[in-house]
Amino acid sequence: MKKIVKAAIAAVTVIGLTAVPAAAEDVLYRSVDEIVADGTINIGVFSDKSPFGYVDENGEYQGYDVYLAEKLGEDLGVEINYVSTEAASRIEYLETGKVDIILANFTVTDERAEVVDFAYPYMNVALGVVSHDDNVLTSLDDVTADDQIIVISGTTAETYLTKEYPDIKLQKFDTYAAAKSAFENGTGIAWANDNTEVIAFATENEGYTVGIDSLGSADTIAPAVTKGNESLLTWLNEELVKLGSENFFHADYEATLIDTYGADYEDTLVVEPAEAA
Amino acid sequence: MQALGIDVLFKGINMQRLLGGLWVSLRISLISVAISIALGLVIGVVMTGKQPVVRFLTRLYLEIVRFMPQMVLLFIVFFGTTRVFGWNVEAETASIIVFSFWGTAEMSDLVRGALISIPRHQYESAEALGMTRLQLYRYIIVPQTLRRLIPLSINLVTRMIKTTSLVMMIGVVEVLKVGQQIIEANRKSSPNAAFGVYAAVFLLYFIACWPISMFSKYLERKWAA
Repeated sequence: MKKIVKAAIAAVTVIGLTAVPAAAEDVLYRSVDEIVADGTINIGVFSDKSPFGYVDENGEYQGYDVYLAEKLGEDLGVEINYVSTEAASRIEYLETGKVDIILANFTVTDERAEVVDFAYPYMNVALGVVSHDDNVLTSLDDVTADDQIIVISGTTAETYLTKEYPDIKLQKFDTYAAAKSAFENGTGIAWANDNTEVIAFATENEGYTVGIDSLGSADTIAPAVTKGNESLLTWLNEELVKLGSENFFHADYEATLIDTYGADYEDTLVVEPAEAA
Repeated sequence: MQALGIDVLFKGINMQRLLGGLWVSLRISLISVAISIALGLVIGVVMTGKQPVVRFLTRLYLEIVRFMPQMVLLFIVFFGTTRVFGWNVEAETASIIVFSFWGTAEMSDLVRGALISIPRHQYESAEALGMTRLQLYRYIIVPQTLRRLIPLSINLVTRMIKTTSLVMMIGVVEVLKVGQQIIEANRKSSPNAAFGVYAAVFLLYFIACWPISMFSKYLERKWAA
């Protein structure tokens, strides 16, 4: 890696394009004071994950995550510079301080918590199971030996069911579209996937009910800052608790997610951040 | 129109955003192409030299570029330099650096190939006719080399334009990314938008690459005469 870096740098020098050299400090992140003094906060969001973070037809960022970002910028009294991130580069952005906060549907995991600092969560994610209206599956214990459940290969749903319910027969599909049409055509009695996905499916299509809306390890979505950025983390947590006490995230849900998920799942999905127990 | 998702292209300022994205793609690729051609010509000539150290170094450079996915290079220049040296390279500058690094390597190899494809006897004949070295290159080697280079380098240029879609990984919003944003933002209202939007993106790439291709045809025809 080092060698390649050196080669890249050598080429940079040869090409003569000068990078703007910032003083090479160990600290790559910015404290709250520095952000306020600068007047602009860099927030990493998705730009193509409707309804969480996307860009509307007027070129404006929108969505559940962006609604929160707007509020943070407003309360901090700074402009927001949105950075369009991809799932794979979210951690790199924080580690190099190229964004101050990531608000990109970032699921909290132990692995990630080792390299970034998560603030208090503001949303739940879990698995869900959707079935046909005339035969609603409400518990996985009701699945008989003849029944099949549809999953998409490589998803958390597949891993979870294989591990926890080895007796249930799974019908696996490679793509969302294939799983969807198979399920609509009567293959399998139910379809297991992320709960946001199955809820959106049941809301958008007639004749389906989400019998199980929260299954498996309940994960959460939280804002993240660069590891060690105590100043920003503390401010963020205080802000989130304050917003939580005002039921801000229910308002956020009603503004951004209700069209996709409907009112019924508001309390399943929304978390009002509170002091960690 | 609704079924094909063409309508979303004309919603709000979507068309403007797509064109803006195309401009970003073109800006990055054309600046890189200019740098690559200039440096590639020089390094390509150097590569035909007999110096073992120079040959080894240029060879090493070429192999590194060949083996390294452009994505990795982008991450190294954009994130790696910040980590290691604390430099804060703009995403677009990082893209131009990577594309020039890649383009120069490929271009110099094309130049090298074109140069050594000129048979030895042409050099010797020129010498026998009493031409100076300058005359030899001016009237014999360079014109033939350029002619051989045109189709190859046009291929490289269009490949570079298309590969700019990778820069979305470091946060540069170019034409393909804008397309994906439009598709996702309309997932509910026009589920088939993908067709119309990707068709439009295809058309934009075509409009960008076609004149370049035409220009090369023109040159080839002109020089063939």
